[in-house]
Amino acid sequence: MEIWMAFLVGGLTAVGVYLMLRPHLIQFLIGFLVLGNAANLLIFTAGRLGSSFPPLVQPSGTVLEPIANPLPQALILTAIVIGFALAAFGIVLFFRAQAVLHTLNAEAMPETLEAAPAPSPVDEVREERT
Amino acid sequence: MTLAIISAFLGALLAPLVYRWLGSLAGWGLAFLPLSLTVYFASLLPTVIAGNAVRHSAAWVPTLSVNFSFYLDGLSLLFALLITGIGTFIVIYTGGYLKGHPDLGKFYLVLLLFMASMLGLVLADNIVTLFVMWELTSLTSYLLIGFNHTEFRSRRAATQALFVTAGGGLALLAGLILLAGMGGSWEISELLTKGEVLREHPLYLGSLVLVLFGAFTKSAQFPFHFWLPNAMEAPTPVSAYLHSATMVKAGVYLLARLQPALGGTEVWSSTLMAFGLATLLTGATLTFRHTDLKRLLAYSTVAALGALVFAIGMVPLTGYYGAVGFATFLLAHSLYKGGLFMAAGAVDHEAGTRDINQLSGLFRVMPITGVAVVLAALSLAGLPPVLGFIGKEVLYLASLQAAPVWMIGLAVLGFAVGATLALILSVPFFRGPPPAEVHEGPPSLWLGPLVLAGLGLLVGLFPGLYNPLADAVATAVKGAPASYHLKLWPGFNLALLLSLLTVAVGVGLYFLYPRLQAWMAKDPVPGPENAYVALLRGLMGLAARAERLLQSGSLRAYLVWVFGGLSGLVGLALLQSGTLPWPSQTAVVNPAKAVLMALMLLGALLVLRLRSHLGMVVGVGIVGAGVALLFLLQNAPDLSITQFLVETLTAILIALVLLQIRNIGEVPRGRWLDKAVALLFGGIVTLLMLGMLTEPMEHHLSNFFAQKSLPEGFGRNIVNVILVDFRGLDTFGEITVVGLAGLGVYALLKRLRREGKP
Repeated sequence: MEIWMAFLVGGLTAVGVYLMLRPHLIQFLIGFLVLGNAANLLIFTAGRLGSSFPPLVQPSGTVLEPIANPLPQALILTAIVIGFALAAFGIVLFFRAQAVLHTLNAEAMPETLEAAPAPSPVDEVREERT
Repeated sequence: MTLAIISAFLGALLAPLVYRWLGSLAGWGLAFLPLSLTVYFASLLPTVIAGNAVRHSAAWVPTLSVNFSFYLDGLSLLFALLITGIGTFIVIYTGGYLKGHPDLGKFYLVLLLFMASMLGLVLADNIVTLFVMWELTSLTSYLLIGFNHTEFRSRRAATQALFVTAGGGLALLAGLILLAGMGGSWEISELLTKGEVLREHPLYLGSLVLVLFGAFTKSAQFPFHFWLPNAMEAPTPVSAYLHSATMVKAGVYLLARLQPALGGTEVWSSTLMAFGLATLLTGATLTFRHTDLKRLLAYSTVAALGALVFAIGMVPLTGYYGAVGFATFLLAHSLYKGGLFMAAGAVDHEAGTRDINQLSGLFRVMPITGVAVVLAALSLAGLPPVLGFIGKEVLYLASLQAAPVWMIGLAVLGFAVGATLALILSVPFFRGPPPAEVHEGPPSLWLGPLVLAGLGLLVGLFPGLYNPLADAVATAVKGAPASYHLKLWPGFNLALLLSLLTVAVGVGLYFLYPRLQAWMAKDPVPGPENAYVALLRGLMGLAARAERLLQSGSLRAYLVWVFGGLSGLVGLALLQSGTLPWPSQTAVVNPAKAVLMALMLLGALLVLRLRSHLGMVVGVGIVGAGVALLFLLQNAPDLSITQFLVETLTAILIALVLLQIRNIGEVPRGRWLDKAVALLFGGIVTLLMLGMLTEPMEHHLSNFFAQKSLPEGFGRNIVNVILVDFRGLDTFGEITVVGLAGLGVYALLKRLRREGKP
């Protein structure tokens, strides 16, 4: 099982990296999500598979063997949530970039930026005062 | 002694407060710090002259045998007295010279910090302590040269001095560490007893080259001499103190200190004598190019430093002349050069110019400064009855014993320029009419020059005053008892003849000076400074090219570097390990899980093939759902629930945003480079995982959590207990990240909404 996982994770990683290398930011974002999933599966496999019971302690205080490894699960849970936070921020950031720069092509952004400089935070404060 | 150094540092830190408190009198008030230190060190004179070294040690980093240890013998005592004694007058002088400068408080602070570091440097016994103090003097020198930091020239001179001396400092560190390893001790006093072991060690030459590099850069030896004249951009108190009397002598000090350990070999003497002589001649020759008082003095300092290094080279080849000559000339030079610099600053301060050709008749309006200059110039010229004469005589006696004739000839030529310079400096005081509205400066400006020059005269007339200390210094430099009866009138001998020759050549050169000056100033000869500039430019060019390559501003290029670089490094490590991890048997797999895995790959392929953005979202959703189901089948219910929730939310969020965006743009076709990097990285990940799976699993930590979950965390769900209890702080950090991301999203959307409104 773990050996097959190695190939699955490798495949997903390749797809994720390929998409992140695309200049279009939506593709970048999707690639980021795929890569995140691949990374989580890697950590999961590192704790070994092949358990029969979830990581729960019986009321009697004993555990049933073979129990699933709880440590990678805890780490992945953190990773999933942080990954989501980053993805959500990324989506909104790209949305905002598109509104200002009228493109989602990362390669085209530097030129657009020079053409239309973003207002600085100082201007913003000034705006709000008036 | 340790207390003296600590109090010097503490006193320096208090200097700005004292300045605020005393105002323009702060110079006189702050002078009590160096003055009391001078008195303290003078009180140690009888002990040291009796031949007893004083040693103090306090543990600093004992595990690395780094100690805060200090060692006082004749050599360090002479330096300590010079540093604190001249420092006293410099502080007083600063009060008059920089009166009313807005940053004067800061100046006192750094100047006194320098004094404390320099004291620490000459007293340090531990190699690491010595190095730290060495670098502190470089740093404070940098700050002082760049004191007028609004001037480009000051900043350039400051960085140049720092690059050269700190670069040498790095070499010195390596050299000293080598010495410590060779001699088996981090204390210099112990290394000095192991001279034979050090000199016969195979690494002797390497360590010697490194130490010499450090000492030569610090003491402005050829070809590193160029930074010293440029450092004249500093205010005059700095030039008088750091760049003539003390800091530039740190390299000379180090060479003299290590002479008993490293000296005595052919390479030591010939290298030191060659570089010393080259420096003496370089300084002497370049003197002729200038008419600016401070520049003239700076090149004369370069020449004198060369003479001192030359003298150290001669120490093992002569009985006691070399060491005593070193001790005498060192004191003479510090006294006359410190005095001359301060006098030059006073003239500049009162007359408004430092150009020799524009000064005239100063003696009548500045008589006290005039007396000081004449006395100091006598010493510089090496004429009786001042100390400079005795110092030069003993050096000549040494070179007659140790040096070939051609070297003696060149040395006479180098010293002759001292006589020339003495004339150049004195003549403006007597020639021509006195300038209008120029008068003697306040006592703070003439006290230092007068006392220092006067001391030169006093010791010249009564050399017996200095004789005991000179013998102690010579003994420390020689590494064996050395003693010589210093006399003002040694009788007719060959050295006196050389002195007469020196003066005659010097006077002759004086008459050539105007023509030589005009000719040499016209087109400057390229020197080692050009190499320095070229090196710096090359470095900047390299940095610019590296920046263009690495910081291209393209997201894609960055990622190619990151993923490609990582694959390359890991791939290299895998190749070097020799065996590629590959499964030896095919594993059986549960059909349900096999279907799931196939589904995930299908989702990934969909993302790749589909040209529509929403289609890609569907594809990534399939992958995510597959992962969630796999978690469920692998007994990870918490992960499964979270994954489902997050996947759903993400898909909704992306879909919502995509629907909002008009003009979303085409999805461009792939490049072969992207494909190659992606496949390489994926392959490396697979190989790494296969390699990882061949290692036995370490269950120690997981078992700990499983056992302690109920009794210590009071929860039966082990994953939850880990998250909220064992790794609670980690989870807190995670919550912070999510909160910050939420704030970021809110801020971005808020602006967008406001802009959307007309």
